[in-house]
Amino acid sequence: MALDEIKIGGMGASRRRVEDNRFIRGKGNYVDDIVLPAMLHMEILRSPMAHARIKSIDVSKAWEIPGVRLVLTGEMLAARNLAWMPTLSYDTQAVMAMDKVRFQGQEVAAVIADDPYIAKDACEAIRVEYEALPVIVNPMQAMAPGAALIRDDKENQTDNKVFDWEVGDRAGADKAFAEADLISKIELHYPRSHPSPIETCGSIADFDRATGKLTVYMTTQAPHIIRAAVAMVAELPEHMIRIVSPDLGGGFGNKVPVYPGYVISILASILTERPVKWIEDKTGNLISTGFGRDVYLQGELAVRKDGKMLGVRMHTISDHGAFFADAQPSKFKIGLMHSAFACYDIPVAHLTATGTYTNKAPGGVAYRCSFRVTEAMFFQERMVQAAADDLGMDQAEFRRINFVKDDDFPHRTAYGFLTDSGQYGKCLDVGLEAIDYKNFLVQKEEAKKRGRLLGIGISTMTEPLGAGNSREYDILGIKMFDSAELRVHMSGKAILRTGAKSQGQGHETTWAQIVAHELGIPADDIVVEEGDTDTAPFGMGTYASRSTPVAGAAVAMVSRKIRAKARKIAAHLLEVSEEDVEWELGRFYVRSSPDRGVTIQDCAMAAYSNMPDGMEPGLENNAYYDPPNLTWPFACYISTVEVDPETGVWDVLKVVAVDDCGVRINPMIVEGQIMGGLTEAYAMASMQFITYDVEGNCVGSNYMDYLLPTAWETPGFELHEVVTPCPHHPIGAKGIGECATVGGPASFVNAVMDALRGTGVRNIDMPLLADRVYEAIQTGKDISGAPPIKTEE
Amino acid sequence: MYPPRFNYESPKSLAEAISLLTAGGGEAKVLAGGQSLVPMLKLRFASPEMLVDINNIPGLNYVRRDADGSIHIGALCRHEDLEKSEVIAEHQPTIAAAAPLVADPIVRTRGTFVGSVCHADPQGDWSATMIALDGHIVAQGPNGKRNIPARDFVTGPFQNALAFDEIAIEAVIPAPKGDVHGGYLKLERRVGDFATAAVAVALETSGGKVIRAGIALTGVGGRTINANVAADSLVGSALTIESITRAGELAAAAAEPRSDHRGSASYKRHIVSTFLTRILNNISESTVKAA
Amino acid sequence: MSSLYEEISAPPAAGVPVRRVTLNVNGQDRTVDVEPRLLLAHLLRQGLKLTGTHTGCDTSNCGACTVLFDGRPIKSCTMFAVQADGHEVQTVEGLATQSSLHPLQEGFKEEHGLQCGFCTPGMMMAAKALLESNPNPTEDEIRWAISGNLCRCTGYQNIVKAILWAAEKMRGSSN
Repeated sequence: MALDEIKIGGMGASRRRVEDNRFIRGKGNYVDDIVLPAMLHMEILRSPMAHARIKSIDVSKAWEIPGVRLVLTGEMLAARNLAWMPTLSYDTQAVMAMDKVRFQGQEVAAVIADDPYIAKDACEAIRVEYEALPVIVNPMQAMAPGAALIRDDKENQTDNKVFDWEVGDRAGADKAFAEADLISKIELHYPRSHPSPIETCGSIADFDRATGKLTVYMTTQAPHIIRAAVAMVAELPEHMIRIVSPDLGGGFGNKVPVYPGYVISILASILTERPVKWIEDKTGNLISTGFGRDVYLQGELAVRKDGKMLGVRMHTISDHGAFFADAQPSKFKIGLMHSAFACYDIPVAHLTATGTYTNKAPGGVAYRCSFRVTEAMFFQERMVQAAADDLGMDQAEFRRINFVKDDDFPHRTAYGFLTDSGQYGKCLDVGLEAIDYKNFLVQKEEAKKRGRLLGIGISTMTEPLGAGNSREYDILGIKMFDSAELRVHMSGKAILRTGAKSQGQGHETTWAQIVAHELGIPADDIVVEEGDTDTAPFGMGTYASRSTPVAGAAVAMVSRKIRAKARKIAAHLLEVSEEDVEWELGRFYVRSSPDRGVTIQDCAMAAYSNMPDGMEPGLENNAYYDPPNLTWPFACYISTVEVDPETGVWDVLKVVAVDDCGVRINPMIVEGQIMGGLTEAYAMASMQFITYDVEGNCVGSNYMDYLLPTAWETPGFELHEVVTPCPHHPIGAKGIGECATVGGPASFVNAVMDALRGTGVRNIDMPLLADRVYEAIQTGKDISGAPPIKTEE
Repeated sequence: MYPPRFNYESPKSLAEAISLLTAGGGEAKVLAGGQSLVPMLKLRFASPEMLVDINNIPGLNYVRRDADGSIHIGALCRHEDLEKSEVIAEHQPTIAAAAPLVADPIVRTRGTFVGSVCHADPQGDWSATMIALDGHIVAQGPNGKRNIPARDFVTGPFQNALAFDEIAIEAVIPAPKGDVHGGYLKLERRVGDFATAAVAVALETSGGKVIRAGIALTGVGGRTINANVAADSLVGSALTIESITRAGELAAAAAEPRSDHRGSASYKRHIVSTFLTRILNNISESTVKAA
Repeated sequence: MSSLYEEISAPPAAGVPVRRVTLNVNGQDRTVDVEPRLLLAHLLRQGLKLTGTHTGCDTSNCGACTVLFDGRPIKSCTMFAVQADGHEVQTVEGLATQSSLHPLQEGFKEEHGLQCGFCTPGMMMAAKALLESNPNPTEDEIRWAISGNLCRCTGYQNIVKAILWAAEKMRGSSN
């Protein structure tokens, strides 16, 4: 008899997490928990200035402090050809500043000492003389005539532009706009935000002079990419580099890039011949490591009177900071911004994008995001909302009539993506019913008569998750596939390794469930390992919601390879031909005689003890999975809010989330991902952002000003699901990790804008801080959130 | 994250503590709850030569109401002690309203009321309540004790009226002469945030008329603002829509806010008047109900 | 290894103030020599090898380092190790017995109250203090009590459920 899949912890089981057993006991193993013999500690001195020439650096006082082992500056790095490193977007980034500093928080010097307290003391003793230069904190300043040149280190760079890029059909769009009944326009800024995992970045570099081997324990979501990068930067042979990513205290895209701190710790270990630990402080993390967003939009939607969308035009201007260090596929300069409007049936679209350098931290990482889709979907849903308002049409109905219909798949989007499945209208219906849409509209009107401002906001979107396919997606030329390796031991227990790297997503739990689903081996009998480049197969890592779509598919595929071999063994054991063997979960049997069968465990034993003549012994294999397409989950998020017109404070009344991420491997974990994503959406909409003053000082450089919501502010969430399996994924799953962060913000902003309907206010840039909302109500004018912050008076 | 080096003493009596401060000659600092001082050390915004930890001095951890109705808060009384205090809940509405809004619940178990007043952060909550309540700080030094009125205690941002060899051992809220009313409203962006603006109100009424009023403002100036003109405007009559509105305008005028990332100066002024109006309306409603 | 972290360490370098302190951690007396400036969180982590207590920020906001100090939850990054002399400290490592988990630990696993696990020890210690003073909290009381602890992964909803789960179990077992 086939096994009960839920009982063995297979697909669809809300299996409790394996990794929790260590975390709830305080026995996780994060980088800062690792102690190596004779380990030294490193602290980094950062620039207090945003743009300044370095006139001198005096480290003599630092050397005098007992316990200091090494003091490093840019010049010492330059002598070893390590002063600059490549970014993930084919630019260069200073490992330590030499000529000048280009953003506040840039690495200027480092001290390696017996303990971090001493290292910090010594950093304080370093004297740096700066000569201030004009500071640029937004793209408009960057592109203004006569603006100071930030990247004077680059040959042929004469201005602060990083790129101009375009996609879509310009002429076609122009024609559609000429024929439109109405052109709805809106300008928006998606503010700079920081992924800010609670655990900061850090590394322990351990260079062994005797063997020539470098081991680096570090906070990375993509250990294999790091190994490749370290091989390039440090000019060490790849087989002599071992990157170990232990437990990560969150990542959210922040732990994808190569940061100067890692490189400096590696050099420090090579020079001192001792392990060197670097644990970044929170300020260092917030002001110097990969941020997300910081994009301006000029958007236009052409519509017909009856509500049909005819065409879309978008122009984005992005702020990349001092170095172009976006972590994204090489081919797309503004990521997948052109995935916007993928859920709507629009004939034509055109996008132009300009990127600029500023005196701000580099980054542009995919913060819980697939390469700018967060901006794309926010812009989309704010444009859709504005167009519905301009038409005077119900916001739900406007979306519904423009959705790609269920039987129109596969569908080529106006920007050229291929979507393959979905039930958009059904998701919307589920959401509207859950929020009691019609009733809320009545309540809202009644409340308005009593001076209360209620609002409802909808956000619907499909987004591309699970890069790549290898034809179109690569990072630094490495194609975006992923991998899994499965070894079944003779007792039928197994170890699975993948090229992904969990940061809280629960891979140790869910990967085993996929194997259980494919092989009938109970999930509890499978151990999952990730993150060690010496043992894990090559993979591109975990970010952009790509683990389940790519590595998860590889887990299914390797399991199927194992099953194929086990089938041959089963035929041998059952003494029938392979064609006569049938599979049910956990067991092969003879077609004509179902009682005669062998379990997968029997086959495993036989693979080591009783294999057929001529068969290679053992039961292990690997799979490299190159997805045929991205997966396209759909989501509908609806929020209701009440705005206090006297203070601008707004409260969330209810949040409904309807997610269609295809087949759910572990529903409990999927729901956890959605709730976490919604919280970050609420954070960005309400309070969380990084801004700068005119001097380039980062406002939001610690948790007193970089505001993560607590349990008190965070609303409760009501979750619903619709399941449309992915047609090309081996187990029908789609990505989910980031959906709510991508689609969520617009639901909150649209809700507040809905509450302000009639005031003349069309947009308030995120975050919708109370003072911005109040000012908008008072003035009836839009509020721009572009830095620098206003500090007059 | 790593504080600078300092010497540490943990005296067992006030006399010992004061002699340590005296010997320190201005380079020693008192450590009570440490919830402001320790973060400042970690960020290296401060580097005292010595910390005199008063946590092991017995007899400083109390909140009590004396027979005359005055309330006394010892130097080691934690924020959470006030939040959970029955004496405060029953007798002191201004303190009761502010207690749950100070920092966050974990910080409140350790941080102290008196230490917070001494820290003199313009965005600290307790100074405003003390000024509104016309309380005083009891300072003890080598030559004995003296009382310092709260309105004179804070002399500037992060500066107070204590001499280097004095310790603030107690905060005193004087006995009321009428029925006690009060409130504290704080606009914060999330739990644990400093105030964008906050308003502390303490009123005493008798026969429906206000006989004493104190109003102080948090976060809208280089130090806690004593909105005494607004407060005085309420004394001598019952609360009315007009008097409440007038007080709101006067308090907003007393504020000295700066535009920053928490909001524009005009917004902060508006919040001051709105919050003051809300507190006074609440008081007005409750006194009407009580009558 | 630095003199900062060693349990009964070598004599300190000249000019470095060092104090000998004895504290009770999870029921065991520990005697250590520390520099006064050593944060309690660092003593627990590096000196006593209790790495379940995490440090997540520099400004006493995140609460990842929350431990119980004489039964009250405190942020151990905002107190000096030397101040723990003669006091009791409970950390996440003290929650479980050899044979059984604490109901909070069970609840966090059962209700998926954690993802990356970094905030979890601090959350559980804050929750433990809550349940000791309020065995039957409402959802709002729980949200209030853990509002000094930041979580970046879960959105808090499942943490609240985990604490409710534990509260119910603890009430059941005390009846």
